[in-house]
Amino acid sequence: MSDDTSMNETPTIETHTEAKSTDDRSPASEADADVAGMDDQSIGEETVIEARDLSVFYGDERALQPVNVEIPDRQVTAIIGPSGCGKSTFLRSINRMNDMIDVARVDGELLFRDTNVYGEAVDPVALRRAIGMVFQKPNPFPKSIYDNVAYGLRIQGKDDDLDEQVESALRRAALWDEVSDRLGESALDMSGGQQQRLCIARAIAPDPEVILMDEPASALDPVATSQIEDLIEELARDYTVVIVTHNMQQAARISDKTMVFLTGGELVEFGDTSRIFENPDNQRVEDYITGKFG
Amino acid sequence: MSDAEVVSESDPFAGTSDLDRKRTIGRIFVGLCAASALVGIVALVVLIADVLYQSWGWVTWEFLTYPPSQFAESYLPGGRGAGIYPALVGSIFLIALTALFTIVLGVGAAVYLEEYASEGRLTAFIEANIANLAGVPSIVYGLLGLAIFVRAMQLGSSLLAGALTLTLLILPIVIVASQEAIRAVPDSQRHAAYGVGATDWEVIRDVVLPSALPGIMTGTILSLSRAIGETAPLIMVGAATSMFVPPDSPLGPFAAMPMQIFDWATMPDATFQHVAAAGIVVLLTVLLAMNATAVYIRHRFETEL
Ligand SMILES: Nc1ncnc2c1ncn2[C@@H]1O[C@H](COP(=O)(O)OP(=O)(O)OP(=O)(O)O)[C@@H](O)[C@H]1O
Ligand SMILES: [Mg+2]
Repeated sequence: MSDDTSMNETPTIETHTEAKSTDDRSPASEADADVAGMDDQSIGEETVIEARDLSVFYGDERALQPVNVEIPDRQVTAIIGPSGCGKSTFLRSINRMNDMIDVARVDGELLFRDTNVYGEAVDPVALRRAIGMVFQKPNPFPKSIYDNVAYGLRIQGKDDDLDEQVESALRRAALWDEVSDRLGESALDMSGGQQQRLCIARAIAPDPEVILMDEPASALDPVATSQIEDLIEELARDYTVVIVTHNMQQAARISDKTMVFLTGGELVEFGDTSRIFENPDNQRVEDYITGKFG
Repeated sequence: MSDAEVVSESDPFAGTSDLDRKRTIGRIFVGLCAASALVGIVALVVLIADVLYQSWGWVTWEFLTYPPSQFAESYLPGGRGAGIYPALVGSIFLIALTALFTIVLGVGAAVYLEEYASEGRLTAFIEANIANLAGVPSIVYGLLGLAIFVRAMQLGSSLLAGALTLTLLILPIVIVASQEAIRAVPDSQRHAAYGVGATDWEVIRDVVLPSALPGIMTGTILSLSRAIGETAPLIMVGAATSMFVPPDSPLGPFAAMPMQIFDWATMPDATFQHVAAAGIVVLLTVLLAMNATAVYIRHRFETEL
């Protein structure tokens, strides 16, 4: 398995960011890219989410070793790692979905736009309005397609021009052409892939800043998966996307940054996806990526 | 061709001679099960047939719309007209009030226990006791109703006291049924709503209750149809056995069908057996109508969307 030298290494948390050659960000995001503290050579992006010594416990069991990471604005950040290493745990801690697990406890800080989301003043409901989520299994409501997309808009009171907003969300989720003539039909009658895109439309309809996705394509066939992948790349123009995936190729294809967790809930490496996949700092990460691990 | 091959090789079904014996045991078992089912069905059919035979010709429009009489002849078709009217109306009011109280209290308690209360010793204790309460004999609830509603709260032997007593009686069953319905709502649905920024209340209102409603309604209606036939608690509360007018207010006295039927059945004049049977037919009809509603609601919501 992993060699002894890497065991003794302190985990390399790569916080330097580099512009990807394929970067086609809008000028606006380039403009506010110059962030203090970044290396000269890096065209830094604004940090949206920052974890500072973030640990999560379930009861007495530690699920995450202290995590330090800065997730940049309007990029796709992939989280990879073997099963049970805490990927979902980390993702859920960003929008405080862990609050719903009675035994879960969080230590350290998670900053969203420089505000600790675990601070006293933060309302988890308000947080989840800003940070949307897409789950592993499509979970549309047993309502019409239209009502599914409109749900978030309605409860957030953003319900003027509802029709337009629903249409726009469905277009952004690359679903409009398939469902425009059956908006009143039950969402449960759609295919799995369509349901998942509907859930993405529901998540983006109220226009959150960040979208968290926990293995959004793992229950889908290859065609539906590649549709979702295209969609995620598209979404990163307007949103910050953090996606958990079991699929290494998927992470390599769609993400700009990659976080690698390894067993024990340790964030072992973080950095540009291209670098991590071509030349990881950490031997264990290399082993994992090349399939020698686990 | 393949047959020939099978024969030429060793028998692939060797060692299966025990199957015949096992199959025989299986048939005996099926027979026993069918016989058990039959006992229940036959008993029910005989009961209903007997009641229908006894009451044949006695369930008339007059029977439904006239107050009772001491004279058996009045109930006869073409007689002066006598019937179950005050008790029928009394039972319907009683059940309507009971339904109101049970739905509010039962769903409220179930939502609290399932969605809000953290899982601790206290909730476990409460839940275990609710389940136990469901098995307490109805006469005990009658005593409780007498002590609390009739005496302590000074409601007297009123419709309200009767309804509150019946509410206590079926509340545990309604709470347990509602809890089960709420528990059956998948967490993924709740997460979907929380994920777009719904509050606890919005999740309950938009996700949990709509999905759990058919289960809650069937549980409630089925226990209400149990309550409508209850006699013992009403006797304890002091409901009238026979009234000439329907109840005029929640605080007024009332008669209910089971007690009226009991009153007729204990009349010395044998003709009243037919009147009692006619009363039973009316009671059973109301009961079946309620159960049919429960089935309809479940079916309706299950096929919808
Ligand atoms: N609700 C929970 N209660 C207790 N322990 C939990 C809970 N959820 C997760 N854990 C534990 O926390 C650790 C990390 O789990 P997590 O679900 O975050 O892993 P994961 O990386 O998402 O795995 P997978 O790839 O299989 O989804 C595991 O050891 C798991 O057993
Ligand atoms: Mg997971």
